[in-house]
Amino acid sequence: MAAATGADHGGGGFPDPMHQFEIHRLVPLKIFNIDASFTNSSLFMVIVILLISLFLFLSVKSRSLVPGRMQSVAEIAYEFVANMIRDNVGTAGMKYFPFIFTLFMFVLGCNIMGMVPYSFTVTSHIIITFALAAVVFIGVTIIGFAKHGFSFLKFFVPSGIPVFLLPLLVVIEVISYLTRPISLSVRLFANMMAGHTMLKVFGSFVIAMGFWGGWAPLIFLVPFTGLEILVAFLQAYVFAILTCIYLNDALHMHH
Amino acid sequence: MDPAAAKLIGAGLASIALVGAGIGIGIIFGNYLAGALRNPSAAPGQFANLLLGFALAEATGLFGLVVALIILFVF
Repeated sequence: MAAATGADHGGGGFPDPMHQFEIHRLVPLKIFNIDASFTNSSLFMVIVILLISLFLFLSVKSRSLVPGRMQSVAEIAYEFVANMIRDNVGTAGMKYFPFIFTLFMFVLGCNIMGMVPYSFTVTSHIIITFALAAVVFIGVTIIGFAKHGFSFLKFFVPSGIPVFLLPLLVVIEVISYLTRPISLSVRLFANMMAGHTMLKVFGSFVIAMGFWGGWAPLIFLVPFTGLEILVAFLQAYVFAILTCIYLNDALHMHH
Repeated sequence: MDPAAAKLIGAGLASIALVGAGIGIGIIFGNYLAGALRNPSAAPGQFANLLLGFALAEATGLFGLVVALIILFVF
C-alpha cells in the first residue's frame, strides 16, 4: 500500500516529480467534521517512531559497561545531542534534553526514512514541520515568560542603542522573533522537498535518455543521493541546534 | 501577456534566489578553509558552525523555491 507513492508516471509518459508527495487516505476517519484519516504520512510517522523506539530499547537493554555495536550508536546519538545542549544552552538546558533528543531523532528518522526508495518523506510537508516548529516556538516563549516573567519583554529591546532608534529596532526584533517558526519550518520542508524533487527529476532523465544516454545522469544521481543523505542529517541537526539556540535565548536572555 | 506565461516567467525569476545562496555557501566554505589553513588546530572545533552556516545559507535559496512553487501551484 505504501509502495504506491513511488515511481508512478504522471500524464504524458514523463514521471511527475511531485507525485511522491501525494497523501493518500489509508483508513478514512472523520471526527466531528475533521478529517482525521490515517494517511500514508501517518503510517510512516508511526514506522519511524516504532523503529527509533525499538532501536533505543534494544540497544540499551543489555546495558553493558563496554558497549556493543548497537549500544555504541545509541550512546553516540545521546552524547551528540547532550553535547549540543551543553555547548549551546549550558547545563541549565539539560532539563529539556528529552524533548530535544526526541525532536532530533524524529526529524532525523523521517529524513532518513525518506531516502528509502518507494517510501514517503514525512518532513517534506510544511504542515508537519510547521507543527514541530510551532511547538518549539510556543514552548520556548512560555519558558521565557515563566522564567523571567514580564521582564522577558526586555529581550526585544537591544541594549546600547540610541533612544531614537529604539522604536524601529524593537519592531524589527519582534518581527524577527515571530518569523522564527516560519523560517525553522520552511527550511526543513523546502530542503527535503527540493532534494527529493531534484532526485526524481534526475531519475526521470535516466529513463528519458534511454539505455545508452541514461548513464550520464545516473553518474550525477549517485553523488546527489549521497548529498541528500548528508542534507537529511544536516537538517535534523540544524533543527535541533536552532531549537537549542532559541531555548538559550529564553533561558539566559543575553543580548 | 498570457497569464500562464507570466506565471512561468515569475516562477523562473524566483529561482534567482539561488544566486544569493550560492554566494553565501561559497563565502562560508571559503572563509572556513582560509581560517582552517591559518590555524588548523582550531578548525575541527568550528566544523559544527560551518555546517550550521551552510544549512542556513542554503535554506535562504530554498525560500526562493518555495516562492516559485507558490506562484506555480497556488495562484
